[in-house]
Amino acid sequence: MSFWQAHLVVLPVVLPLAAGALMLLFDEGRYALKAAISVAATLALVAAAIALARLADAGAVHVYRLGDWPAPFGIVLVADRLSAVLVLLASALGFAALVFSLARWSRAGPRFHALFQFLLMGVNGAFLTGDLFNLFVFFEVFLAASYGLALYGSGAARVRAGLHYIAVNLTASLLFLIGASLLYGITGTLNMADLAVRVPAVAAGDRMLLEAGAAILGIAFLVKAGMWPLGFWLPGTYAAASAPAAAVFAILTKVGVYAVLRVSLLVFGAEAGASAGFGGDWLVLGGMLTLAFGVICMLAAQELSRLAAFSLLVSSGTLLAAIGTGGVAVTGAALYYLVVSTLGVGAFFLLIELVERGRAPGANVLAVTAEAFGLGDADGEIPAEEVVGIAIPAAVGVLGVTFACCALLLAGLPPLPGFIAKFALLAALLDPDPISAAAWSLLVLLTVSGLAATIATARAGVRIFWASPERSVPRVAVIEMAPVVLLLALCAGLTVQAGPAMRYLQDTAQSLHAPRGYIEGVLAR
Amino acid sequence: MNELVVALAIGVLTGSGVWLLLRPRTFQVVIGLSLLSYAVNLFIVAMGNLRVDAAPIVQAGAGADPAAFADPLPQALVLTAIVISFAMTALLLVVLLVARGLAGTDHVDGREPEA
Repeated sequence: MSFWQAHLVVLPVVLPLAAGALMLLFDEGRYALKAAISVAATLALVAAAIALARLADAGAVHVYRLGDWPAPFGIVLVADRLSAVLVLLASALGFAALVFSLARWSRAGPRFHALFQFLLMGVNGAFLTGDLFNLFVFFEVFLAASYGLALYGSGAARVRAGLHYIAVNLTASLLFLIGASLLYGITGTLNMADLAVRVPAVAAGDRMLLEAGAAILGIAFLVKAGMWPLGFWLPGTYAAASAPAAAVFAILTKVGVYAVLRVSLLVFGAEAGASAGFGGDWLVLGGMLTLAFGVICMLAAQELSRLAAFSLLVSSGTLLAAIGTGGVAVTGAALYYLVVSTLGVGAFFLLIELVERGRAPGANVLAVTAEAFGLGDADGEIPAEEVVGIAIPAAVGVLGVTFACCALLLAGLPPLPGFIAKFALLAALLDPDPISAAAWSLLVLLTVSGLAATIATARAGVRIFWASPERSVPRVAVIEMAPVVLLLALCAGLTVQAGPAMRYLQDTAQSLHAPRGYIEGVLAR
Repeated sequence: MNELVVALAIGVLTGSGVWLLLRPRTFQVVIGLSLLSYAVNLFIVAMGNLRVDAAPIVQAGAGADPAAFADPLPQALVLTAIVISFAMTALLLVVLLVARGLAGTDHVDGREPEA
């Protein structure tokens, strides 16, 4: 095995760390240099993630021992298909957000690029680590960077939202510590594979404590994932954050979802004895409540950025409910949905900033309020002379088309892959013969959420793009439009290549539901 | 006896921490979070079984009977947790000061509730 192949697993952590640390050495004046380092590092990260995804597809679990200590004693990084896919998703989204930020945002304050790289490092580390306490450390790394990015650009609204965000997430981190140390106290290990071996053998008297520990840990993850009623911090923070930060934050909720998925299927999977399937019902219930809450709020949202934040809650809720339902086919479809919805929401957050530029502040509030009171455009306002046609500026045309694509993605309508994801999810839910009541309600909720997302985004789109022509045309740089188009092109690629992508993710789900390979891979001496 | 003292300490710290965390002033929230993190640190140590006068490091020639030693892992975990929560509290203090400056009030919502 070559040097690069042997160290490929640790590369997604080391690369952003090195790039971020390097950029701290230069002062803010070296703007072009910093941007070049940041873009180069992120491009290299994307390449490494692609290589990792191909490596993981061979089926074996790739274990990287830090300091070469064997698994239950030392800390390991583990790359299986799930980790590799999520690292790839994070780096692709990160690249798009970074390119977007080059136009304006990265110059709005100090240390944007360093914070951005540390965020990517924490996220990648959280996806790759095989150790519960190490997961906590990587959570803290990306949270610390995200505090900086959430406040980036300053302003009263950001600071207020950031204060809430930091307080809630610090509390969640404390819960994480309590849960992890309870699990350690009962089982004597923090390695996730070793935990999976030891949990079935836990004495009956200790089982309650073990499950309490797991539940507390679960709450810490679910705060990150934004499950109702733990996710009230999310819309305010994400809506207030600057556009590239909000776009890359779309992956942060998925880290919470990933942790729930990993721990529940590995440690509390089918082989966990008396604790098998622990918490599944709560996930289904909580996921559906989140979904319903997100849908209602999407309909009520007055600002586009809040609309996007609530669509993130919808995506979290769908994923959590699907994970709780269980079954290989459902998990595979949910993973496809995860990838698609993250790319879609990321593109939407970037797009919103461009669209909002041309609008007067407060226009959103007026639009929804006017609709609620049935005001609309009064007939008298229509100019008397017949207008033959209005030339649509190119910028508005491109913005309109991409907005429509994002709306189709969020609502799950064909031809974009949001539809395939939802279809696969519904098909998998309908598959078992007596369909459970929970599956029926999830099915109904998913369908309704699609309708509601269509209504909400269409209403917003009509108000923005079919508005009176006097409004100023937003000035959009190509470098800002390109990342949005790139993310949407990735989604289009996922439609065209839906077969191979789905096959990969179904294999991922298969190995998640049969964790023996993972456990043996990690614990092999 | 030891267990009782530690359990009471954790309980009192957690109780006061949660109460302060739910108060409306930002400084109270910061102190509440600090108290909570002290409670969590004690809790982690307690999870490694409390022992008095036991070293966490196996000495050469002293035999390797684990019953004679304290568990070193929770101590390492606590060290990490202390560093992280210290750094986060410092960060939160900065945000608190900025929020106080921008909003002109130390209420967590950035404005005084209407009386």
